[in-house]
Amino acid sequence: MDTTTQAGARTIIREFLRKRVGQDIQFNDAEDIFAAGLVNSLFALELVVFLEQSFDITVENEDLNLQNFSTVENLEAFILKKKDK
Amino acid sequence: MNLELTATQQALRKEFRSFVDTELLPYANAYDKEGYIPLELIQQLGEQGYLGATLPVEYGGRGMDQLSYGLLNEEIGRACSSTRSLITVHTSLTAETILRWGTKGQKEHWLPLLARGLKLAAFGLSEPDAGSDTAGIKTSYTEQNGSYELNGVKKWITFAQIADLYVIVARGEQGITAFLVERNTPGLTIKPMEGILGTRASMIAEIHLKHCVVPAENILGRKGWGLPQIVNTALDNGRYSVACGSLGIARACLEDSIQYARTRQQYGQLLKDHQLTKQKITNMVTEVKAATLLCRNAGFLRDKKDPDSIIQTSLAKYHASRIANTVAADAVQLHGALGCHDSLSIQRYFRDARVMEIIEGSTEIQQILIADHSIAGLDTIL
Ligand SMILES: Cc1cc2nc3c(=O)[nH]c(=O)nc-3n(C[C@H](O)[C@H](O)[C@H](O)COP(=O)(O)OP(=O)(O)OC[C@H]3O[C@@H](n4cnc5c(N)ncnc54)[C@H](O)[C@@H]3O)c2cc1C
Repeated sequence: MDTTTQAGARTIIREFLRKRVGQDIQFNDAEDIFAAGLVNSLFALELVVFLEQSFDITVENEDLNLQNFSTVENLEAFILKKKDK
Repeated sequence: MNLELTATQQALRKEFRSFVDTELLPYANAYDKEGYIPLELIQQLGEQGYLGATLPVEYGGRGMDQLSYGLLNEEIGRACSSTRSLITVHTSLTAETILRWGTKGQKEHWLPLLARGLKLAAFGLSEPDAGSDTAGIKTSYTEQNGSYELNGVKKWITFAQIADLYVIVARGEQGITAFLVERNTPGLTIKPMEGILGTRASMIAEIHLKHCVVPAENILGRKGWGLPQIVNTALDNGRYSVACGSLGIARACLEDSIQYARTRQQYGQLLKDHQLTKQKITNMVTEVKAATLLCRNAGFLRDKKDPDSIIQTSLAKYHASRIANTVAADAVQLHGALGCHDSLSIQRYFRDARVMEIIEGSTEIQQILIADHSIAGLDTIL
């Protein structure tokens, strides 16, 4: 993934999260959205489907680690790692 | 969004209708009374590929898209919700979840068997003290020498009476985890349950697990991710099946009502010519149409693997299960005494519809999910 698509990834992730947590709730790229209680019980599954559809990756059992999914920054790093493989 | 059925989907619907009208509908009331569906029917469903409808052809499935699978659930649900329940727990909750999250070994072993109905599967989540609040389950696992010992009781498990494979969700040190447990595992016993209001032929049972040991390779999904990964995937799949099945109930009630209104005479005219009957039919048909569109929309988004498909599936299940109840109640009313008697299917639809608002996340649980999504932003809903 080149730098342009990297920047694009972050925007796409933010956009997805905004829709899920609400436009009026503030959170930064380093904030743990799970720990902050910003999402409901369906969110983890929605997130997996979103990542697979938007970035053409397959989320495997071993990828399921809260660390990978907890912040915008970590999500971006996770996508880059999957794309590099 | 184009919700028109393709030629293939139309051909499949024709096939499903023909199967249902000859092999299922004439016998569904008898199954309901007897409290079971016969093994011959299950064998037929397997041979038709209806138990592995969405599984890839390489696993012996029919490789149908989600929209076609919705049509299958609708048509089967139109005749017999108990049979549709088998498809829900076997295909949607279990086989599709193994397909998504199973290891290579689990997929290669189980999917060909499940696809043809050579083995049947059930999903064990609920317990005497844990229903909607799935995190409250008490069934436990403990790790010992690389194996896992399961202890506890699962309750209300559809087709547990005859299933060969159970997904068992249990709690333990590493968090809630799902396991594949075979029927013949020592320590597993099945206690059939009777007296259920609807889907009376769905052969529900309790599963008792006492020092039941399974190897580590039977863990389904990631350890500790039983709820967000396995249960959520399974329930999302199951909701789509129940949504379309509920639509089937409502359509059956509508079709039977129109048929009856065309032939029954009171006060010197056919029921269909009374204005209040027209109102009833109009309300029923509008609800059925709205549920049809929500189910098709969910199927369309599921085929696109759109993340919004999850909440849209919830919306379809919420609406279709509720209107199955109102439409069935209207159908009973329109049939008068006959609607209350077991010589017709209407009373069965009425009872089956009640169950649809309880399983796969009750109406109230869907309301919580849908409202939360709506409050966060209407973009994912509208
Ligand atoms: C025919 C049938 C087949 C079934 N098959 C299976 C199966 O195959 N596998 C399986 O695991 N389970 C199965 N179940 C169980 C089913 O999943 C549960 O019944 C369901 O989850 C509801 O749980 P409960 O019955 O314990 O009700 P409870 O969770 O105790 O709820 C009771 C009532 O309170 C409401 N309620 C609960 N929480 C809230 C809340 N937060 N806010 C507002 N209202 C709330 C509910 O909506 C419901 O109306 C089956 C049930 C039936 C009837």
